[in-house]
Amino acid sequence: MRFYEYEAKTLLRRYEVPLASFRVASTPEEAAATAGELGGTVVLKSQVLSGGRMKAGGVKFASSPQEARQAAAEILRLPISGQVPRSVLIEPKAPVAKEYYAGVIYNTLAKRPAIIFSDMGGIDIEEVAEQHPEHLTQATFSSLRPVSDYKMKEVVASLGITGNELTALTPILSRLARAFLAHGLTLAEINPLARLENGSFVCLDCHVDMDEDARDRQGALLQELGIGREETRQARPPTPFEIRGAQIDAQDTRGVAGRIVEFDGDLGLIIGAGGGSLTLFDAVRKYGGRAANYCEIGGNPSVSKACELTKLILSKPGVDKIAVMMNVVSNTRVDIVARGVIKGVVESGYDPAEKIAIFRIPGSWEGEGFKILRKYGVEYYDRSVSMDEAARRAVAKMQTV
Amino acid sequence: MAMFIRVEVDPQVAGQADLVKKLVEVCPVDIFATGQDGALAIVEQNLDECTLCDLCIQACPPGTVKVVKLYE
Ligand code: SF4
Repeated sequence: MRFYEYEAKTLLRRYEVPLASFRVASTPEEAAATAGELGGTVVLKSQVLSGGRMKAGGVKFASSPQEARQAAAEILRLPISGQVPRSVLIEPKAPVAKEYYAGVIYNTLAKRPAIIFSDMGGIDIEEVAEQHPEHLTQATFSSLRPVSDYKMKEVVASLGITGNELTALTPILSRLARAFLAHGLTLAEINPLARLENGSFVCLDCHVDMDEDARDRQGALLQELGIGREETRQARPPTPFEIRGAQIDAQDTRGVAGRIVEFDGDLGLIIGAGGGSLTLFDAVRKYGGRAANYCEIGGNPSVSKACELTKLILSKPGVDKIAVMMNVVSNTRVDIVARGVIKGVVESGYDPAEKIAIFRIPGSWEGEGFKILRKYGVEYYDRSVSMDEAARRAVAKMQTV
Repeated sequence: MAMFIRVEVDPQVAGQADLVKKLVEVCPVDIFATGQDGALAIVEQNLDECTLCDLCIQACPPGTVKVVKLYE
């Protein structure tokens, strides 16, 4: 769940990350008044949940209230990546001497949070990693113990930074890491983190993403920021297909069968289990498959839930077949999923043997599940066929259609 | 219409209030309900949710409740 820049900055202010005195305006008149109060040259930034604002014309400078009014009017009517700006953030233009980057992510391989730091800020960190890896450093840290300033100091110092800069940068990284841990964030990024001409540091732009599953625990913060439960905060508004998927998941508390994302391919996916959805989705793409959707199933969804999800996917124009693939399941029953999927296919008016490209769910009650699949002539596999191979076979079947 | 499971209950059990109550209680997916006349009613739309737990079979005298897998 993504935060607007002004919300991210409000959060970082709580952690005493140095920021310019920013304000938010919803109209050109408010922007003009704010620019007058701040004085001097100001920067106006479009508040959209998307990157690339500078290139799209969503960031402008103004040296007077009149210029600020004009700039805000232009920004407010400029959609970026299909999103209409919510407001304009205004802050004094900073006299920047040098730009840095600081970010915290969760390193899923190390299973620990990781701090990333670079002395080349203001550009995409991926570009720095690719073209100037010697300007980037990172280290993982404990999510259980308090964040250590010493650890952050080591990270900054590893790029040869010493003296006052090292002393000033260290607590900024520590505070960013504390905010990351305290609020269930999946990304906390300051880019650029600027050293000003007077030697002080300030966060010029930041990006914060919160884990969807942290929403309930972070109710107080979200309320303070004015983020309602109804706000999905996805990069684009949900499609009717995705809304229906969420309804199917919500109307029955048994298991998960939803979290649908719509794509424009021809292979419908019913995938899940312990990270299986991402692995299988990637594998389908690797073999040249065109997914019609992403979804997650697990936690033993009911027959009716699996059935409704199947019907939804099959109702999507352009879907030729569905692939039902999961990691080895223990708390989801193979036979229950098999019943749901087959019922969904039959109720949609199709033959399961034709419509189901592959069924690969090994695990709990698989013997019973395989009996059902055999009866309906569905091609199925047990755990002796890997998820990767199952995805390859599903894609190959699409190519012979 | 159920595709995978059929449940057969002996008419004597289906008319016995204490056994009907037991069946309604034990089934985890609400396949049994009490009809208007107090007799047992089978909830057709829930039949395919049957978890094959056998609790209904254990709740009644031997041989009076059968859970039939239509795919065997
Ligand atoms: S076997 Fe279990 S789930 Fe199936 S009808 Fe009997 S009690 Fe209900």
